Amino acid sequence: MEFEFDWEANEEKVKELKIFMEENKRKKGALIAVLHEAQDLFGYLPIEIQKMISEELKVPLSEIYGVATFYSHFSLIPKGEYKIGVCLGTACYVKGAQEILDKVEKTLGITVGQTTPDRKFSISATRCLGACGLAPVLMINGDVYGRLKPGDVEEILNKYR
Amino acid sequence: MANVTFTIDGQKVTVPSDYNIIEAAKTVGIDIPALCYDPNLEVVGACRLCLVEIEGSRKLQTSCSTKVKEGMVVHTESEKVVKLRKEILQLLLDNHPNDCLTCQKAGECLLQRYAYRYDIKFREHDGARRPNLVDTSSPYILKDDSKCILCGKCVRTCNQVLDRKVLSFGGRGFDTRIVADANFSLEESTCVSCNRCVTVCPVGALVDKRLLGKTRVWDGEIKGVKCKACDYGCNFEVLSKKGKNIAVRAKAPSEGRPLCLKGRLTTELMYLDEPETPYKKEDGKFQEATWKEALGLEGVFEKILSDENDKK
Amino acid sequence: MITIQELNEIKQKTLENMKLRLQEDSGKGLHGKHVLICGGPGCHSSNAEGIKKAFKEKIKEKGLDKEIKVSLAGCFGLCETGPNVEIYPDGIFYAHIKIEDIDEIVENHLCKGKIVERLLYEGSLKDGKIKQVSEVDFYNKQKKIALRNCGIIDYESIDEYIALDGYQALAKVVMEMTQQEVIDIVKASNLRGRGGAGFPTGRKWETAYEYKANKKYVICNADEGDPGAFMDRSILEGDPHSVLEAMAIAGYAIGSDQGYIYVRAEYPIAVRRLQIAIAQAKEKGLLGKNIFGTDFSFDIELRLGAGAFVCGEGTALMESIEGRRGMPRTKIYRTAHRGLWQKPTIINNVETFANVPAIIQNGVEWFKNIGTEDSPGTKVFALGGKIKNTGLIEVPMGVTLREIIFDIGGGIPNGKKFKAVQTGGPSGGCIPEEHLDTPVDFGSLGRLGSIMGSGGMIVLDEDDCMVDIARFFLDFTVEESCGKCVPCREGTKRMLEILERITKGEGTPEDIDRLESLAETITNGSLCGLGQTAANPVTSTLKYFRDEYEAHVYEKRCPAGSCQSLLEFFITEDCIGCTKCARNCPVSCISGKVKERHVIDTEKCIKCGTCMEVCPTGAVIKK
Repeated sequence: MEFEFDWEANEEKVKELKIFMEENKRKKGALIAVLHEAQDLFGYLPIEIQKMISEELKVPLSEIYGVATFYSHFSLIPKGEYKIGVCLGTACYVKGAQEILDKVEKTLGITVGQTTPDRKFSISATRCLGACGLAPVLMINGDVYGRLKPGDVEEILNKYR
Repeated sequence: MANVTFTIDGQKVTVPSDYNIIEAAKTVGIDIPALCYDPNLEVVGACRLCLVEIEGSRKLQTSCSTKVKEGMVVHTESEKVVKLRKEILQLLLDNHPNDCLTCQKAGECLLQRYAYRYDIKFREHDGARRPNLVDTSSPYILKDDSKCILCGKCVRTCNQVLDRKVLSFGGRGFDTRIVADANFSLEESTCVSCNRCVTVCPVGALVDKRLLGKTRVWDGEIKGVKCKACDYGCNFEVLSKKGKNIAVRAKAPSEGRPLCLKGRLTTELMYLDEPETPYKKEDGKFQEATWKEALGLEGVFEKILSDENDKK
Repeated sequence: MITIQELNEIKQKTLENMKLRLQEDSGKGLHGKHVLICGGPGCHSSNAEGIKKAFKEKIKEKGLDKEIKVSLAGCFGLCETGPNVEIYPDGIFYAHIKIEDIDEIVENHLCKGKIVERLLYEGSLKDGKIKQVSEVDFYNKQKKIALRNCGIIDYESIDEYIALDGYQALAKVVMEMTQQEVIDIVKASNLRGRGGAGFPTGRKWETAYEYKANKKYVICNADEGDPGAFMDRSILEGDPHSVLEAMAIAGYAIGSDQGYIYVRAEYPIAVRRLQIAIAQAKEKGLLGKNIFGTDFSFDIELRLGAGAFVCGEGTALMESIEGRRGMPRTKIYRTAHRGLWQKPTIINNVETFANVPAIIQNGVEWFKNIGTEDSPGTKVFALGGKIKNTGLIEVPMGVTLREIIFDIGGGIPNGKKFKAVQTGGPSGGCIPEEHLDTPVDFGSLGRLGSIMGSGGMIVLDEDDCMVDIARFFLDFTVEESCGKCVPCREGTKRMLEILERITKGEGTPEDIDRLESLAETITNGSLCGLGQTAANPVTSTLKYFRDEYEAHVYEKRCPAGSCQSLLEFFITEDCIGCTKCARNCPVSCISGKVKERHVIDTEKCIKCGTCMEVCPTGAVIKK
């Protein structure tokens, strides 16, 4: 899926990122912090932004791409408005998290790492949210749902549709 | 530098104390296999083929990263070491296309050499393999991801030249690949076709495209020459077959030599009987060029002539 | 800049306000009450903030906001029963609290002094008597050092940390001790790294101290990535200052003026609380220039991870702080000589650091009296999986697995049988019933083919398939392998493929041999600790549960009844003949008449599970 980056619509955010880079570029090893900021601002790391970071920080584009694709927190495609994280930590796994994930995937018609075409939902499998007492859990934009059964998934997703 | 004496495969050897085991072994003709080691590049210890047994050390140690010590006793082909090496080579072959018959690298491929040395064979399996991605966009370099063993030599050599740094690792784990810039084709990327990466690639993942189908290492003669394009004097090889010089290729850069396309083309023009058309990259597209354009000599003759006229 | 007198003044003043909570003189003669709400990871996820707000509102409504204090504290440990609330000085422990319950607690307990029995934690009611928090089974076998302040102090208050002797150790170190003396204490205590490997902390410090350099670094490894582990998170969130203080002590000892905390981006709450804590410490002059008026200066900066498990490995972590791909470095130099930016660096994990101020304060003898000779002190574990009391515990080293799982953890729920306990996450292994009486320390778990690891402890019962558990961890390792070295990158992938085959019933006898030889290659050949231990989940399950592998391979049967492809769906006599399953089956393999029991044609069945999902009476089962 190709996503065109809209410079005009993102003017403010680009400005914000530039200020952040200005403040941080003298810090040693600032690249990852800058990528975090960009990921937070745009929801992904558009190639246009990677090029801009490369020029501002004087870091080769290849290195930026290498870092961006190494860490699972960074994404090269836009994430959904609602980011669903299904915990696949061990505690959740032994309590049936895989079935929860399967159900989420089936319901939305996308798999882990993908975003629905309407950009509403994206799914990721996370490792331990530290809520093992509530296992199995899933998180949607910071809201945690625990002690789940596959049958609960539909209703939870409907809240965000 | 002080010297140290140690024992390797039963031989006593004395070498300077800053030598790695792998370098020291070489001085007495012991060839420890290694795919990611190159004396001109930073040591990374990634391929694990050069693991050796050191008496008194519980774990095997990579001979590329371990300095020799006085009295050290090293075994480079012990049973444990050989078993491990075989497994590692098998893992590499399991993820490598079986096309040595037609591979340009045949005869010079390190993986081929070690597989033969340790008697490892290709085998059928239905597990995952590297994606068959071949980048043919550059007239100078062919990049075949399916053959890559991720030793990273290309990345390291590319990154030694400050204004290049085109290649990097992309992705992670089993899906790691070597990418140019942000996963661009070599044509779209900032690659300057210097072929440094080609010279260090131990397998057929990066090959000189202008050699393809012309000759392989056993086919003809190879003669070393020095580039005359600038004072660095980078090393090239002229390959010839039946008395005809048919191709030029770059040799691995060392001692700070950069290698460049201009030097390569200059060498082609100087030595080849029938030099191929040169290409020049303009706005991310390779274009056929005249030799004058390719070597950046436009206006030079005119300038010389006008200088001569001025003197008169 | 703060002086020791000022520090002591804060301590005295704040202690005054904490009397209720500390149950001074058993609460006699104290006026008022204190409502303490657990703000640990689990309870936070189930609306601890909302509960705090509701308590405050209700208490204000009753006009009691002067006498009754409400605050959030770090993890209480018993995540299973969250959200948890404690009332002091009574020491009453309420569990599973919902917003609706708050009125009743305020009306009855806080206003009238009448305990609401229906909401009590079940473990605090025994033989009709109500026990105090400290006396319930879950807590009375525990010993808290690293978690000493968690669940007691308000994690956003530096004053409360100071009140409980916080920053006293730092004061003592910088004003009264030489660098060597500090190192000697840490060495003598034999504090071993709590991140997994158990390397002696003092030796690490000494190596860095002795190496001359113009710049040195102290790193706190807070990249807790084991799936099913949240020990470090709880410390960072519940008692962030203990880590900051320890880092400054380490900085003084080795001669460093700069620390970094590398924390997972997946822990936003920990990040926020650390930011607050660092700002507070700087404001008070407990971090920054000339601490306690000496010439020792120390600063701490936060660095966020970005989702790569391998960055928990020390050198990969340093690569990541330097802004690169987190690929482990080959060991040419020790990190204590050349680490971060090629400068001498020590790296300790959160729990290790949290122990340090307590050791300085209480002395080596005190510390060595806890735990075992080989492994003094305590260890924090995150108990999870098929266990009654899921939660966070801290026990003296040397207690047995049985005590942890059955006495503290309350055993296996739903009358199921214990099968194994997985320790050490993806680098660890599964320990079976016959070794449950093994005392827990660094050496003993290693001898069983597992590792202590950072402290994840997942209990498995008879329904868990050991082959599938091995597959789960290999899946994790394959996804998290950095891809640098061949054995880990290629080998773990092949292992996973084999395990997938076996759990699907497609395994061959050679597959088991192949697993063993791959395990050996990966263990002996890999570059970093992640790779060298990646095969442990497989080797340990092969060692103790080989029969399960063989059942999958030879009989195409999953003894635990867990591997989907080896199960058959079956309709029991509970079927009411509603036809829902037949109508929803994608391959039309269910037949039967209306109001009669239906039958699945197992030859045609693709095991999608739809029938089981749609059945209104639960008549579809797997067997």
